[in-house]
Amino acid sequence: MISQVETLYLIASFLFILGLRGLTAAHTARRGLIFAELGMGFAIWGTLIHPDIMARFEIAGFFETYKWILLTFFIGSAIGIAISALIPMTRMPERIALSHAFGGLAAALVGVSEYYREQVIAGHMDHTTMGAIGFEVLFGGLTFTGSLMAFGKLSGLIPGRNITWPLQNQSNILMFGGTFVLLVLITIDPSNQVLFYAMAAMPLLLGILFVAPIGGADMPVVITLLNSYAGLAASATGFALDNNVLIIAGAIDGASGFILSVVMSKAMNRSFRNVLFGAFGKVDEEDAAMASAGGERVQEASVGDAAMLLSGAGSVIVCPGYGMAVAQAQHVVGELAEILEANGTQVRYAIHPVAGRMPGHMNVLLAEAKIPYTALMELEEINEDFKNTDVALVVGANDVVNPAAKHNPASSIYGMPVLNADLARSCIVLKRSMRPGFAGIENELFFAPNTVLTFGDAKDTLTKVVEALS
Amino acid sequence: MLEIFLGLYIFMLAAFVGYGVIKGVPALLHTPLMAFTNAISGISLVGSLVAAGAHYNDVSTVLGAIAVLCATINVVGGFWITDRMLRMFKKQDPKADAAGDAAS
Repeated sequence: MISQVETLYLIASFLFILGLRGLTAAHTARRGLIFAELGMGFAIWGTLIHPDIMARFEIAGFFETYKWILLTFFIGSAIGIAISALIPMTRMPERIALSHAFGGLAAALVGVSEYYREQVIAGHMDHTTMGAIGFEVLFGGLTFTGSLMAFGKLSGLIPGRNITWPLQNQSNILMFGGTFVLLVLITIDPSNQVLFYAMAAMPLLLGILFVAPIGGADMPVVITLLNSYAGLAASATGFALDNNVLIIAGAIDGASGFILSVVMSKAMNRSFRNVLFGAFGKVDEEDAAMASAGGERVQEASVGDAAMLLSGAGSVIVCPGYGMAVAQAQHVVGELAEILEANGTQVRYAIHPVAGRMPGHMNVLLAEAKIPYTALMELEEINEDFKNTDVALVVGANDVVNPAAKHNPASSIYGMPVLNADLARSCIVLKRSMRPGFAGIENELFFAPNTVLTFGDAKDTLTKVVEALS
Repeated sequence: MLEIFLGLYIFMLAAFVGYGVIKGVPALLHTPLMAFTNAISGISLVGSLVAAGAHYNDVSTVLGAIAVLCATINVVGGFWITDRMLRMFKKQDPKADAAGDAAS
């Protein structure tokens, strides 16, 4: 029986990696997904005939053995499908954060359950297993509450700004160190139950305290990091249960989260340490340093002016940002592009890696608006083309188009790669108000002589532009 | 003691393979990638199924059953939403655009 289980797990692992490979190109991605789904099917099949379950099956029969599995599996599937089918694409970051919370919780619960079985009931747990369970519970708990916090911030249930308190970093690091000490102690002496439950509870608190100080604009890094932790928790589960497919799938997930968080940090020109412990603490000073720019006047353009500018353009690059998601303006962006293209205008999209609240957020929204993915360009691909472009249309983006990042060392975003929207012949910025972006700094682009601003909700404004043009 | 080393080898190699493959995923697909790996990490379902089905004791069964619930939400929901996103990614299709213009 055990060799059958292992064979199925081996096939599952192979299919997971094959599926992941499919994701390296848009036209093979769905095929990859099918491989991964098959892999998951094999892994579940293998588990349902696990020796421990079959032993139970021999004694208790089908219904008694599988009743809890079937019940929770069907409820879980129903919830999973309901959430995934109904949630709007603009709220994808919340959905992802929530699923990390579920993943973390599942891993932590399996860890506690294993501890209970092997130590509390049977009274024999070896140090290696204990260490693995310790890591599992640590990462699982941290991911669970940390992701719930991220979910709360992204959905607006908790204020999205950074919440700070005195000696925050010091106390957080101290607590993290303390949890680690507990982990070492419980590994040395697995029989100490009080210690175990204390060690299981600490990460729950830590998850909340770690994410609380991190502001909305830094969420891409937090989500990807929690992605990585969820994977590590799954991998630790594999170590605790001697299950290789869990170790492999968890390692892949951990690697993916790690890569993405590096990409995000680079795109913000900040280190992990700065994102996690920086809390944008120095913004106030830099805000004052930049205030001189605030004295200048911006040029306001009416909807009619904007429509005129766009209709006369031979080439347009759209620079979307989180504001486009908030206003749900992606569909009307697509409509506008359709009209402009029918007019002979070339329309492309410049996607900054950290535009939005998670990696790839803007791509998904624009794909939803039926914009072909061949028109969605990455920053490096398109940045040289701005200077030969008639109009850069900035929809709800701010810091990612701020030219100060290129030449003003006093700016807190100095050094961050930005879209060269300022180099286009003219630039239309759709903006709700003159409020500065999340970095809290003024955007020089708004005061440039070739920039005009159209105030109002991006969706309303674009709808009126579309009406004016059609 | 050997088993843990075997596990560590597997972990290390899988992490490198994962790193190598995922490096090749374009930024275009980063959101589907996250949903996808999320579904795959729902593999902790495998651990929870045993806890929920083997009936070691009542506590383990209950914790396992809740874990099955959470992991299933991730597996089924994760694959579902990845598919929903990937279906939206379309290449340039001039005919469809022309048809859209004619309709509007």
